[in-house]
Amino acid sequence: MTRQMTGAKMVVQALKDQGVEVVFGYPGGAVLPIYDEIFQQNDIKHILVRHEQGAVHAAEGYARSTGKPGVVLVTSGPGATNAVTGLTDALLDSIPLVVLSGQVPTFMIGSDAFQEADTVGITRPCTKHNWLVKDTDRLSGVIHEGFHVATSGRPGPVLIDIPKDVQFASGTYNGPKQARTSHYQPQVKGDLDMINELVDALEKAKRPIFYTGGGVINSGPAASQLLRELVDTTGFPITSTLMGLGAYPASGKGWLGMLGMHGLYEANMAMHDCDLMINIGARFDDRITGRIDAFSPKSKKAHIDIDPSSINKVIRVDIPIVGDVGHVLEDILKVWKSRGRKTNQEALAKWWNKIEEWKAVRCLSFKQEGSVIKPQYALQRLEELTKGHDRYITTEVGQHQMWAAQYLGFEDPNRWMTSGGLGTMGYGVPASVGVQIAHPESLVINVAGEASWLMNMQEMCTAVQYRAPVKQFILNNERLGMVRQWQQLLHGERYSQSWSEALPDFVKLAEAFGCKGILCSDPKDLDDAIMEMLNYDGPVIFDCLVEKHENCFPMIPSGAPHNEMLLGDVNATNAIGSTGAVLV
Amino acid sequence: MSAALNIKKGSSKHSAYALRPNFSDVEETHTLAVLVDNEAGVLARVIGLFSGRGYNIESLTVAEVDHEGHLSRITIVTTGTPQVINQIKAQLGRIVPVHEVHDLTVEGPSVQRELALIKVACNGDKRVEALRLADIFRAKVVDSTLSSFVFEITGAPDKIDAFADLMRPLGLAEVARTGVAALSRGAS
Ligand SMILES: Cc1ncc(C[n+]2csc(CCOP(=O)(O)OP(=O)(O)O)c2C)c(N)n1
Ligand SMILES: [Mg+2]
Repeated sequence: MTRQMTGAKMVVQALKDQGVEVVFGYPGGAVLPIYDEIFQQNDIKHILVRHEQGAVHAAEGYARSTGKPGVVLVTSGPGATNAVTGLTDALLDSIPLVVLSGQVPTFMIGSDAFQEADTVGITRPCTKHNWLVKDTDRLSGVIHEGFHVATSGRPGPVLIDIPKDVQFASGTYNGPKQARTSHYQPQVKGDLDMINELVDALEKAKRPIFYTGGGVINSGPAASQLLRELVDTTGFPITSTLMGLGAYPASGKGWLGMLGMHGLYEANMAMHDCDLMINIGARFDDRITGRIDAFSPKSKKAHIDIDPSSINKVIRVDIPIVGDVGHVLEDILKVWKSRGRKTNQEALAKWWNKIEEWKAVRCLSFKQEGSVIKPQYALQRLEELTKGHDRYITTEVGQHQMWAAQYLGFEDPNRWMTSGGLGTMGYGVPASVGVQIAHPESLVINVAGEASWLMNMQEMCTAVQYRAPVKQFILNNERLGMVRQWQQLLHGERYSQSWSEALPDFVKLAEAFGCKGILCSDPKDLDDAIMEMLNYDGPVIFDCLVEKHENCFPMIPSGAPHNEMLLGDVNATNAIGSTGAVLV
Repeated sequence: MSAALNIKKGSSKHSAYALRPNFSDVEETHTLAVLVDNEAGVLARVIGLFSGRGYNIESLTVAEVDHEGHLSRITIVTTGTPQVINQIKAQLGRIVPVHEVHDLTVEGPSVQRELALIKVACNGDKRVEALRLADIFRAKVVDSTLSSFVFEITGAPDKIDAFADLMRPLGLAEVARTGVAALSRGAS
């Protein structure tokens, strides 16, 4: 289908042809022609956010919870620069996004025109790829290519910068099929020799562990299914990064919980002592490895990743497999079954006994005493009261985020949206709105810290406007809790600027937004208050006053290996050594 | 992608990662040939990758080599440990408009050439000596005044270094170098 039309119409047509249903955006001078086209159609729903950063995080939430790319539309200059944090966030967490930005007309580029910014220059390092389209005839092709690049291989954000004259001019529209197919075709099938080598290792392993990450979720629901089959039929233990939670169910028998800096004791100890580590779609991030030279010293390491640059980047691996997690898992299962489904049963039983000993430490235990709510208790009750629900969780960044990862259980992929790689405070509110737009009937909860929550709270207007009944569950410790914890551990309890002073009255704020506000400060009232939140048909801001100086444990202090975890407050003060102190 | 990394399909023994011991601390110099779409910003992407991730560029040349296919060839001379060199290649391979990454240093013998213009300001005996040395190095005189020469010299970078070093006591005034262009030897 080739037709003549204006660039602005092409944008809308290309989005329709890509199956886009929702666009998150904010208008301005340089995108007015596109907004005019949006006005004249009903297929694509435009969600008007209140800040462009919110648009990008909302699109991330939408993308992560649906498996489809998120689409964003912003104006030139400040519209585009406001999108930069979101783009960087999506790049680090491999979230597929297509961001369309307006630009000053081509003949004014380079003249410091009103609202001109070098958008492709600014976003080059924070996108998977970007384009400045100077010719209307090329526009549809670039948009289709943008979707291809954003969603294939390791997903990520792309940006397409469209000058205003290109939007007004007419040109030839090409549908997705006519668009020039690019040479960009990442390898999805893994090398069979390597897969055989891995199966060989699976059969012989005495102390194996699966270490999985966001790549499993990005690969799609089929990959999670295959992972479950592989874990359950081999009987191996499995841990996951923050980004990978839900790929394997928290109720599954192989589940050890999250690993890493605030991961579970049993997960980190098993990583340290294993003899075979099978990394599936994770990237040996520094939050996971701790001290590199002491990372799992006795193990053979396999790494399955679609991005060749992830392999051997930080940790040298013995069995590298470049490919899509789903494809590779399918082949592993095929080969393993055809070779007789062998595992070293006897050694595995011993390994599990060891793991049970670590589990017996009960690293997440806490005591809810007295009249102040412990944040862990709040999350435990939230989990208890929402477990069976059709539930999606987003978070902000800080202690509450780690507690949410520890105390909430995820049974399915795409149910957990959090800013892992960039750690962006202000992610959760807009992400929750994006998730709720995608799943209007589901329960969407943003587990937040009061400080992060304030960073993008303007998006509550968006929630109210589109009747998105998001539940904002704020663990209010009146502190930049995670910062305060590090100051306690590293800087002799000198709490420099880590107080949340002059906090708003969240209940009144909720009312001002047109939401319901709930305040809870007594553990005795907590269940009723949570039920009140769940039963309210509309957005809720829940101000849960919690213990102010609670620390998040377990913790691997910066610069320490996995088997040197801090389990509690004893010895925690000044626990980070001088070599760890320079690390973030 | 696999071609870019020199991983031969179906043969794990040829993984680029296995080419040499990883994580050796010894720095090596490698010449990479990168075939890219000749589109706006592609050089910025490559250079941004090197600066953003802290890799070294010793020399970089770029020009369109296939006008119909709009392909440019970027030749980069870089140094790093084997692990860093592998990362550089993998990261380059990840850039969307990059078609192929070849490590000429490990893919067999290659020829490397660089062109330099070298200005020497001198009088008397020194002029004679400069010309004599230029002859030995097969450098051409492309400009001459009563008190200066501009020599044109091509060769491997170390040959140019050697020539410039010899010219220094004779009155080396200015040097302009193109950076390295390199091709693998043989038919393919
Ligand atoms: C945009 C941004 N700025 C600063 C930080 C550094 N930082 C990490 S956690 C944190 C404190 C978060 O406080 P709060 O949201 O109240 O969560 P808590 O740790 O108290 O649960 C800060 C400032 C960040 N991650 N993101
Ligand atoms: Mg807080």
